[in-house]
Amino acid sequence: MSDRRTLQIKQMSAHPGPIPGEGVQRGFDVCKLIDTTTCIGCKACEVACVEWNDMPFSATTFDNTYQTMPETRWNFWNLIKFNEHQRADGTIQWLMRKDQCMHCADPGCLRACPADGAIVQYTNGIVDFQQENCIGCEFCVSGCPFDIPKFNKTTKKVYKCTLCSDRVGQGLEPACIKACPTGCLKFGTKDDMKFIAETRATQLRDHFGYDKAGVYDPQSIGGTHVIYVLHDATQPELYGGLPKDPQIPWSYTVWKWLAKPVLGTFTLFGLLGVCLHYVMVGPRRPQPEPPEKEVLDGNRG
Amino acid sequence: MGTAVERFDQKAHHAFDKLGQNHVYEGELLRHRVYTRFLHWMVALFFFLALFSGFGIYLPWLFRWFTPIFGGGPLSRAMHPWFGVAFVAFFALQTLNWIKPMRWTSGDTRWIRNIRSVVSGSEKMEPPDTGFFNAGQKVQFWEIVAGCVVYLITGIILWVGADTFGRWTVAISYVLHDISALIMLGGIFIHIYLSTIGEPGTFQAMTRGAVSEAWAWTFHPAWYQQVTGRDPYQACEEARRRMSWRS
Repeated sequence: MSDRRTLQIKQMSAHPGPIPGEGVQRGFDVCKLIDTTTCIGCKACEVACVEWNDMPFSATTFDNTYQTMPETRWNFWNLIKFNEHQRADGTIQWLMRKDQCMHCADPGCLRACPADGAIVQYTNGIVDFQQENCIGCEFCVSGCPFDIPKFNKTTKKVYKCTLCSDRVGQGLEPACIKACPTGCLKFGTKDDMKFIAETRATQLRDHFGYDKAGVYDPQSIGGTHVIYVLHDATQPELYGGLPKDPQIPWSYTVWKWLAKPVLGTFTLFGLLGVCLHYVMVGPRRPQPEPPEKEVLDGNRG
Repeated sequence: MGTAVERFDQKAHHAFDKLGQNHVYEGELLRHRVYTRFLHWMVALFFFLALFSGFGIYLPWLFRWFTPIFGGGPLSRAMHPWFGVAFVAFFALQTLNWIKPMRWTSGDTRWIRNIRSVVSGSEKMEPPDTGFFNAGQKVQFWEIVAGCVVYLITGIILWVGADTFGRWTVAISYVLHDISALIMLGGIFIHIYLSTIGEPGTFQAMTRGAVSEAWAWTFHPAWYQQVTGRDPYQACEEARRRMSWRS
């Protein structure tokens, strides 16, 4: 796919009219669409994720909900969050949201990471951890607005959902998508998924009485490669703490890419300063020193 | 500081004087005893270990240069906090050791106001009220004390991680940790310069422990007066008269 795309003609000399083949192939970002309104909470995606990624067994936690465990783990990347929401009229609405890495267009984990090559973003938008380069500092945990990277205390590495980059690279859909029985999970290009999501949201608004239905694709981090259709897009927090306006800490932006190199260089000027002091002013010696000669003009003095 | 601290400090000094030796020759004064020198070099060792293991992680440009020294990124990250803890621990002992001579005086304020003449080299001798440490050394000392507090608090937050302290606490701690490191790094350039080529005769104070009397009356006149009972400026003038090149 990628080879053919790079050989697509972009400009043509002395050619009137459009360029042949232009716009036929699309360079695309992949995207996972999660329609929370059709999720039945069957957890097939959780099982498929553990199976495909060959995860060791992870003990579940029972806390009087249907939720498998309180949050994702280093070996459990896909978790449906079950939330009972009481509507204004007193009735209960069950909100189920499949929680996993959002594959942000502007990934906070990647910005925060100090290790060369430990986090990469592919051109298709997938954000992937390269554990062989991870140094286990856990800065990515603080960079992530969705609390996704999880530290393994034994291997001292951080793990998260890969959006099945191994499957996607072979033209397959991610394991969770394949397992979903209701079709609430879809996988395709970002444009297509956005279109389907918006269409579904319009349908929910116009025909199902969900006036506030909408698509969750937060622009504060440049959009995500996992998008949600929510019954109430104005309150994403209801869905197990989905942030309305996810942010990367300013320190990872301003400090890391601007102030760090600038101040680091500034400190080197300190080194230059003492060297210049030595050659221009010279050392202070214990007194008394030999009396100074009158030096008028260099060697001629 | 209470007497318990002083007793501890004196005991440590005695114990280390038995382990090591202080050789002071004719025309010299004892400046730093074995315990002080030991602490200084342990602080220096762990400072540089923490500095290099930290700087590999601090600047992506230096990652591939500095992390191999410690056996790679993961080991750098694993060892850096322990280097830091050792640095802070030894510096804490040095603080107990030095807290008295490091006390700030009105003479120090005058010294700082007059810093231009020190940097430009126009003042050959230190002012008469400069004691065991001058104001510049005191500023650096207290900067490191403050830096150690910042290192310790932010370092523990970074060490334990965002799961316990929250992601914003970690993100801010990281900046403070770095700023503290940069200030200390800037200070260390000046420290190394002045203790070696910048003020010749200083380095041996931290190796053998002894300095020449000329060094003492030039850089620490009040201390010279205190330990010898002689007037530093007069001593300097007498030495000048004795010198053969004055014909």
